[in-house]
Order: sequence, then C-alpha cells, then structure tokens
Amino acid sequence: MAVIVHTRYSEAIHPLHAVLLSGAFTLFLSALMSDIAYAKTFHIQWSNFASWLIVGGLLFASLALVFALVDLCRAQRRVPGIAAYFVLLLATWLVGFFNALMHARDAWAMMPGGLILSIVGTLLAALTTWLGFRTPHFVRSVR
Amino acid sequence: MKPLNLFTTFTVSVLLVACAEEPGELQVGANPTLPAPSRGLLPTMKIPQPVGWEDRMPTVPDGYTITAIATDLKIPRQTLILPNGDILVAEGRGGNAPALKPKDVIAAYIKGKGTTSVESGNRITLLRDADGDGEYEFRSVFAADLNAPYGLAFIDNRIYVANQDALVWFDYEEGQTEASGAPQTLTELPSEINHHWTKAMTASADGRHLYVGIGSNSNITERGMTAEADRAVVWQVDVETGAHRTYASGLRNPTALAIQPGSGQLWAVVNERDEIGPDLVPDYLTRVQDGAFYGWPYAFWGPNADDRVRPQKPEKVVATIAPDYALGSHVAALGVDFSNEAMGQAFADGVFVGMHGSWNRAHPVGYKVVFVPFTNGAPAGPPIDVVTGFLDAENNTTRGRPVGVTVDPRGALIVADDLSNAIWRIVPDAAG
Repeated sequence: MAVIVHTRYSEAIHPLHAVLLSGAFTLFLSALMSDIAYAKTFHIQWSNFASWLIVGGLLFASLALVFALVDLCRAQRRVPGIAAYFVLLLATWLVGFFNALMHARDAWAMMPGGLILSIVGTLLAALTTWLGFRTPHFVRSVR
Repeated sequence: MKPLNLFTTFTVSVLLVACAEEPGELQVGANPTLPAPSRGLLPTMKIPQPVGWEDRMPTVPDGYTITAIATDLKIPRQTLILPNGDILVAEGRGGNAPALKPKDVIAAYIKGKGTTSVESGNRITLLRDADGDGEYEFRSVFAADLNAPYGLAFIDNRIYVANQDALVWFDYEEGQTEASGAPQTLTELPSEINHHWTKAMTASADGRHLYVGIGSNSNITERGMTAEADRAVVWQVDVETGAHRTYASGLRNPTALAIQPGSGQLWAVVNERDEIGPDLVPDYLTRVQDGAFYGWPYAFWGPNADDRVRPQKPEKVVATIAPDYALGSHVAALGVDFSNEAMGQAFADGVFVGMHGSWNRAHPVGYKVVFVPFTNGAPAGPPIDVVTGFLDAENNTTRGRPVGVTVDPRGALIVADDLSNAIWRIVPDAAG
C-alpha cells in the first residue's frame, strides 16, 4: 500500500548568513576581551584593537541584517520567530554602533561606557546568534 | 530595551551640547572660569568652509592699513625679519601620524576640509622691499628641500631653521637672497609620529641658546605614553654644541615662542587639549619658567586633573602650575611676538597673537589676530582684535587662517596665512 507522507522541512540558515552572524559575535567578543585587557593594563593598543574589532563586528552584523531583512520581507520565507530574530540583530547592531562612538573617545575617556557597551553588545550578539541558528529560515513541503 | 535608552541618552547629550554652546564671553585673562569637562557621543566639529578673498580684505583698526605682500605661497607658517628688513617665510606641512583608530580616519578627513589643498612647500622664501615703499617687489627661494620648516631664528650671521625632525642652520651674509649651500644640522629633534609636528623656535637674548617648542604626540595620550618621551616640552639648545636640556615641560603644544625685550624672558603660546567641551581647555599665553611643569597630560590650568589619562599621577597634578593668561578655548594660537612703539600708541606695549581658529566647537572662535596689552612686563587687560574678517559673520566660511605673527622693528606686523597662502602686512598710517 502506498503511503504519501507530507513532511514539513525547515532549512537551516544560509551558510553565508551563518558566517556573518557567528563572525559578528566573535568580533564583538574579541572587542570585549581587548577592552578588559586595556582596563587591566592601561596599554592603549588594546583600545585600538577594540575599536577596529567593533567596526568589523558592525560590518558583519550589517550584512547579516540584509539577510534577515530579506527573510522578513519575503512572504514565503516569513516564519514564526523571524521578527524577533530581526529585532534582536538590529539591537545588537545599534549597541555596536554606539559602542564604536564610545570607543572613538580619546584614551581612558571611553571607560567605563565602552566596556559596558561591549558586554551588552556581546551578550546580545550571542543571543542573536543562538536565535538566528534556531529559527527555521523558510519552510517548504516535500512530497 | 537598552538601545532605546542609549538613543535617548545620545539625543539628550546632543541637545545639552547645543545649549552649552551659546556664544558667550570668551575665557580670557589670568583666571578663566573652567566648566566641568563634558563630551557628547560625538565630538563637536565645525569646520568653516574655505573660500577665496576675491576683492575683500581682512579688517584692521582705524589708522592702520593692511596689504598682501606675497601670495601663492606653499603653506606659509612662520616668518623672520632679517637685520636688513628682508622677510623669511617658512612654508610646509608636516606630521606623519598614522591613523590608529577608525575615528582618526574620519576626523582627519573632516579637519582636512578646513585647510589648504596646496602641496607642502618645504622651503623658505625670502621677500624684499628694496626701496622701502611697503611693496615687497623681490622674492626668491632662500632654501628648498627642507622637511616641514617652521621655527626660524637669527643669531650672528646664521639663520637657524627648525624642521619637523631637526634643527639646522645656514650661513648668512647681509643681502643674501639664496642660501650658499645645504644646511648643517645642529641637532636632531623628536620626530617620531609627529602628531603635533610644528617645531617653534626663538633665540635667547644673549644668542647663546635656541628655545625649541616640541608638541605632544596626541591629544590626551591616546597614542600611548611611550610616544610622549621628549614631547610637550620646550628644549633649550646650546648654539655651540647642539646639546639640549628640557627647559620646561607639560606644555601640550607650544606653537610659538618669543623673547620679551628688556627682560629676556621666554614667552610661549600653547594649544591645550580638545574633546572635553567647548570651553575647555583655554589655550594660553605664558612666560615659560625654567623647570616648571604646566600639566599636560595629567592636569590643566593648574591642578585640575584630566581623568582621561591612565595611569594617573596625582603628584604631577599637584606639581602643575597655572599659565599666565588664557586666550580662550580652542582658538588655536599659533603665533606670538612682542610689539614696539613703532606699531603706534595703541599697540606699543604687549604681544600680538595669531589665532588659527577652532574645530572642536559649534561656534568657531579664533580666526583672527589679537593684541594682548602689557603693563609692567605682564599681560594687563582683555585682548583687542587687530586683524579680523577671516571668518564670515555666519561662521560658515573662512577666507584665511592666521599662523605666525612677527613685528618688524620699523613698524609693521607680518602675518602668515596658511589657508589663503599669503603674507599680510599691517602698518600704522603715516599720520598715526
């Protein structure tokens, strides 16, 4: 007897989207670690590293945002949870942006604001990445 | 949610900055009011757009006349009057500070919009008015292939030039219009990074020493303390041997030096730090005391600690002495010279100060030449505008930016303008 099975199949995040998302997290985390090193040693080079790492994280997050926006805007890709993911990613980007401005302050003037924003940004990026990987990105039926 | 809070904070801070920057009384004199340090998320930047003079001229007081005695120079900075009345003009642009942060890239681009696009001259031009009619009809290149020359001094048939990396000299005979050979090096000068590259210079009254101003390598140590060795100091260099000692320290950017006639006292104008508000820290005019510490980077205007410096040094904060006379925050004083009676009664006793003009302020300040009156050898009274009209009334465009000022003993003020690439000459009218 023939049985027809309708399977709901969720495809994982696009590979490039995945790289951008996890890359942004890694860069923000690295910036946080550099901030900690600067706070502990007062060695200015760590704050320079942090500044560029944040710009890198912002670049990756910006490109990931484009992916998320496409997923959000195209009806057949819109799945439950995608809006939450998008909002969280946008929040991560905004914190990263203000953190970049904070890091543009000279010498110790970036502290403690820069360190706090790096912690918040890294936590948000981790949460976003987890949510991004967990949310099915589009759903289709396979016969 | 966090980002929303941050955004609100950002907006509020921008508004606060806007309120704080209503044009008010400039902080001038011995006891300027110092507000609490503040900074929004973005540093305030206002760069008036350069435009040409066309048929306009700078404004001078009644009884004085201004003319451009040289134009189309290659970034004139400081001038020197030789004994026969010839004028030497140091031309060039220096500095090789790399961009360390993304901010440096952006800030350099924005600030660059307010300066000339002319290529660095790296030379010294000689101007001559042979018949004494006030027109400098003769012009020659006295020396070329220098490295961003700035400070100039004359002692006993030698012309000393402070390049951005070395103090060099030329032999000179009266009437000479071209150097007779390549310069000899008296001593190397600190030149690594050269964030503040200008090496101001003047000769001591007895001609035995040269004083050289060496600016800091950062705004406020953001390039690290190791970059600040031998920076933010005035050196006293022995003319015979080239040996030096640090004469005074903690002077963030001593951009011009002058010796007071009579007393022989060294005076300087110094550019103070940025990015802690529109009214901090006042640039100043001060006598430079032997062995004194003027605060940078640990403190400003006496023992007011700058919290941006780590590690902090409370003992240096306590040791900081206050300068003599505030010229106003962010005015960017780049020239100073003592006047004499030939400049007319109003400006007989005091100093002229050239102000390049601000960037770190919503309402631009500076962009003029002022006169600080002296009584009994010390500043007395508020500065008087001498040459204005560089900035338009709406603060949106600028036609010139004054740098070095030099008083011709025969009664003329020579002003170098590194935006319109001209040398201005201000003289009292014959009757006055």
